[in-house]
Amino acid sequence: MCRSFIAFFVSILFINISFAADAPAEGEPYNPSADIMHHIADANEFHVFGDISIPLPVILYNQESGDFDMFMSSKFEHGAKEVNGYVLDHGQVVSASGHKFIDFSITKNVFTMLFASILMFILFVSIAKAYREREGKAPKGVQSFFEPLILFVRDEIAVPNLGHRADRFLPYLLTVFFFIWIVNMMGLIPIFPGSANVTGNIAVTLVLAFFTMLITNLSGNKYYWKHIFAPEVPFWLWPIMVIVEMIGVIAKPFALMIRLFANITAGHIIILSLVSLIFVFGELGKNMGGAALGAGIAIPFVLFMNLIELLVAFLQAFIFTILSAVFIGLAVEEAH
Amino acid sequence: MIILSEGGNLNLITPDPGLVFWTFLIFGILWFLLAKYAFKPIGKALKDRETAIQDALDTAKKTREEMAQLKAENLELLNQAKEERNAILKEAKEIKEEIISEAKEKAKVEANKIVEDAKREIENKKMAAIVDVKNEVGAMAVDIAEKILHKELDSKEAHQNLIKNLVNEISMS
Repeated sequence: MCRSFIAFFVSILFINISFAADAPAEGEPYNPSADIMHHIADANEFHVFGDISIPLPVILYNQESGDFDMFMSSKFEHGAKEVNGYVLDHGQVVSASGHKFIDFSITKNVFTMLFASILMFILFVSIAKAYREREGKAPKGVQSFFEPLILFVRDEIAVPNLGHRADRFLPYLLTVFFFIWIVNMMGLIPIFPGSANVTGNIAVTLVLAFFTMLITNLSGNKYYWKHIFAPEVPFWLWPIMVIVEMIGVIAKPFALMIRLFANITAGHIIILSLVSLIFVFGELGKNMGGAALGAGIAIPFVLFMNLIELLVAFLQAFIFTILSAVFIGLAVEEAH
Repeated sequence: MIILSEGGNLNLITPDPGLVFWTFLIFGILWFLLAKYAFKPIGKALKDRETAIQDALDTAKKTREEMAQLKAENLELLNQAKEERNAILKEAKEIKEEIISEAKEKAKVEANKIVEDAKREIENKKMAAIVDVKNEVGAMAVDIAEKILHKELDSKEAHQNLIKNLVNEISMS
């Protein structure tokens, strides 16, 4: 049973051999880091397996000529063809001629975010509808599944930090919590529509942290600003303290950004590294015994890591949300 | 360093402007839509339901207290009624006994009086009878004496016959 399972797994790996995109020269040992980096990075097509990819729309802004280029990524034929001066390198659009451009494409990450957003919208609007239609009744179905989570965010995250102002910030906290959590969970699914490393991308966490910073500073009351610009220290310390406080204003969301990004990316890197063991041991399919050994070692570890990542997916969503609530709470707090 | 493994490639920690743009747009719209159509109504519904549950619990508690109070009041009323009944019964008993004893007393007095009256009557009658007898005997004696005196002059024999007859007459009457 165990042996046949390993054989099955190894045979799948042979179908997936294009995973090793950078085919190393003969005799050169397999280097997994490049593959890992490609897998955690964003991509302009949705790679399924082998040469099969789901094409995504490519939208490019040429900063030198000011032109927009729009086409489907299938036009690149997986990097074989050059389109309007662009080529696809490991799933990512690069300029063939070296001109500067901004990639506004619906990339793998953008697609996943859109997918998750539509899912969340349908889900939570239907839940809201259930509350409206079943007013005064016990929750049922999806509603009863999400109610404890919503109450968890409200009673464990929002209310302890924001007190009676919790209602004002609850929609944001709920949105950010469920968005991060769902996107994290989708990132753990190895095939379409999952597999995108969305919250492990610094651009995404940057925007999320920026929203928290925006809310924190826009809802900051006079005590918050007084604390920053006129702290209760001897006046000759003000220049230093104001600088320190200003750094604090930036550092809080910066920490949010790095924490989420680093945790999710690290999880993906560990899982991919463990999977790479099979290729390292198997010497890219030349050593069947090594591959089997690698699989034997990697499978339990990957399984274990996946379980931990399930926890981390929730934990990081929770941490991001609770820290957002803490920062907002500090900004709206009355004088103490 | 794995991040810098590809010739100092800092891709991983350099935010891509396109992705920043899309994330900003998607998350911003999602936040707006979910807040408006999902989380505000849900939050309100949850709060309303909690208030309703709290109200229901409070009402139940209040009703229970009221019920208990009502029950206590009823019990008190019942006890009062019982006491009252007992008091009435006791009073009635007393009155009954009083009436009985009074009646007995009265009856006794009446009986005594009747007996007394009867005795007196008897006495009276007796006295009257005695007087009557005395009168009768007196009259008779006078009569006898008269008759005796009448026949005195006749013979002795006749005299004796007369007395005999008279005596017979008396005993006959």
